[in-house]
Amino acid sequence: MANLALKKLVKAYGQTEVLHGIDLEVADGEFVVFVGPSGCGKSTTLRMIAGLEEVTSGTIEIGGRVVNNLEPKERDIAMVFQNYAIYPHMSVRKNIAFGLRTSKMSRPDKEARIDEVAAILGMTDLLARKPSQLSGGQRQRVAIGRAMVRDPAVFLFDEPLSNLDAQLRTQMRLEIKKLHQRVGNTIVFVTHDQVEAMTMADRIVIMKDGHIQQVGTPDQVYHRPANTFVAQFIGAPSMNMLDGQLVDGRIRLAAGAPLEMSVARPPSGASVVLGVRPDDLAPTDAAPLIEGRVSVREPLGAETLIYVETASGEIVAKADGRNPPAVGEVVRLGADPANMHLFDRDTGMVLT
Amino acid sequence: MAVTDQIRPTTAAVLDTRPERKPRNLGQIIRWTLLFLGGVLMIMPIVYMISTSLKWPHEVYNVNLIPEEPTLENYTYVLEDGRFYMWFWNSIIIATITTVSNLFFDSLVGYTLCKFRFPGRQLVFIAILSTLMIPTEMLVIPWYLMSQSFGWLDSYWGIMFPGLMTAFGTFLMKQFFESVPDDFIEAARIDGLNELQIWWTVAMPLVKPALAALAIFVFLGNWTAFLWPLIVTNSVDMYTLPVGLSGFGDEADVAWELIMTGAAISTIPTLVVFLIFQRFIIRGVVMAGLKG
Repeated sequence: MANLALKKLVKAYGQTEVLHGIDLEVADGEFVVFVGPSGCGKSTTLRMIAGLEEVTSGTIEIGGRVVNNLEPKERDIAMVFQNYAIYPHMSVRKNIAFGLRTSKMSRPDKEARIDEVAAILGMTDLLARKPSQLSGGQRQRVAIGRAMVRDPAVFLFDEPLSNLDAQLRTQMRLEIKKLHQRVGNTIVFVTHDQVEAMTMADRIVIMKDGHIQQVGTPDQVYHRPANTFVAQFIGAPSMNMLDGQLVDGRIRLAAGAPLEMSVARPPSGASVVLGVRPDDLAPTDAAPLIEGRVSVREPLGAETLIYVETASGEIVAKADGRNPPAVGEVVRLGADPANMHLFDRDTGMVLT
Repeated sequence: MAVTDQIRPTTAAVLDTRPERKPRNLGQIIRWTLLFLGGVLMIMPIVYMISTSLKWPHEVYNVNLIPEEPTLENYTYVLEDGRFYMWFWNSIIIATITTVSNLFFDSLVGYTLCKFRFPGRQLVFIAILSTLMIPTEMLVIPWYLMSQSFGWLDSYWGIMFPGLMTAFGTFLMKQFFESVPDDFIEAARIDGLNELQIWWTVAMPLVKPALAALAIFVFLGNWTAFLWPLIVTNSVDMYTLPVGLSGFGDEADVAWELIMTGAAISTIPTLVVFLIFQRFIIRGVVMAGLKG
């Protein structure tokens, strides 16, 4: 096991720079998830850590050792690919054993290690099968087994759950998390699914356009987003964003009473954006923030999502599942000011 | 009775709803006729070869398909002639070594061109492909001059060297390696294999159909090669089967019945190989988009 450090990591293809100086420290045994939209540079970063892409500038350290010029096999890492990359012409046992081909372990030790990994992953009965005889989840487990068998310092996962159906994805998510708790290796996991990131990570790295937007625990990125991108990327449905003006320390929205909010950082101008998560916004008569007409209802059982047309545009709120407002009904929505977020409209950075 | 009554209309209804059998149109008839004629055209030389091999010398120029007095005397004569075995052996050695060489070098070059990014890669590929456009007849003179300079005339090496690696094989293998996902190669790289090990243990087993198809193409091509072995060999001991068979007979006359007998016998190994691997040939041709 080892820590991982990325220092001013830059990647360019010809004149096009796709990663613009990534700085990140991953502690020994930490589970870090890179998340972001397509093309944000998360997979490129992972491939650079693996040694599959050359580093344009900056350094990658694994266990305190700069690995920039080392071959992938010399970095003490293992990677699980999106398409599993398990060899169709080999049995499950041979696929798992493949990770030990270059190991100096004795044959009996190798066999014992393969059996141990198969037992951890619940695949002992499948060892003689060929990949074509396995389900998607079982194939993914073989891929994880091949990575596990070498007991690497760092595990790298490149969107490993993307090809699974929703139910299997939830199951595998849990299995990977349990596996991490059991083996305790450092894990870097790449996904575009924010639910995967929130549920699995010790810390989440949110990326956009080759820049890190925020690094933090799931709780931090959800409750204290650093900017409007993070605020809207994390959480489903997305955070409501209401345009307003900051005048004399009060926020004026398109309609409704001015709102008192303490501002930690001065904005670049008067234009601000007030962010409220649908979870924190509910029908109320006491100190309403905004009012509007319900246009759509989405019953979720215990609660109902209501889409409300307001003077600031359409916003989403949560109402009681048993007695939600009817479509067409005018509702007043309120939220605890402590759960509201204020952003600078020009820079997108948080002000509270 | 009641049950029968119930069934009868149902059956009738089913019959009524069957699509009317379309009369075969003219285009289809022409197509089938052309295919039949093509088939006959293909099979006739083989039929005549076998027929002639069963004829006596005086009957050879008689075009009858069925010999008047069928005989196996030609087979006895050819199989008792020591030269036939010598040529057969020469052909086996040359076709086998050339096939193994092609499987190795064509797949290695194809893999490199497919999976590695290096300056000039496209140029090398185009240069290799462009050699496909040069006919053998144009190449035999440079080949001959080369053989002469290196002292390879009338030797196995001289016969084999032009075909030890082929542009067609390289192209075929490159096309097949395209179907091997890059993830497989990267995963093996992370698992600590060097590039040659990756090629051999990961990529090669995944392109077995292409290797089988290439093996058949190359083996058949060299087994039946005539022009170059004829030019490069001088002594009867170095002849390959097609060259040796073409000279059967004596100064006065060409013994067609013996040539046809030798040809019929030499067809057997290729037919066996073809029947076993024909499904691979079809897949190989489809993947490469080329005629064999």
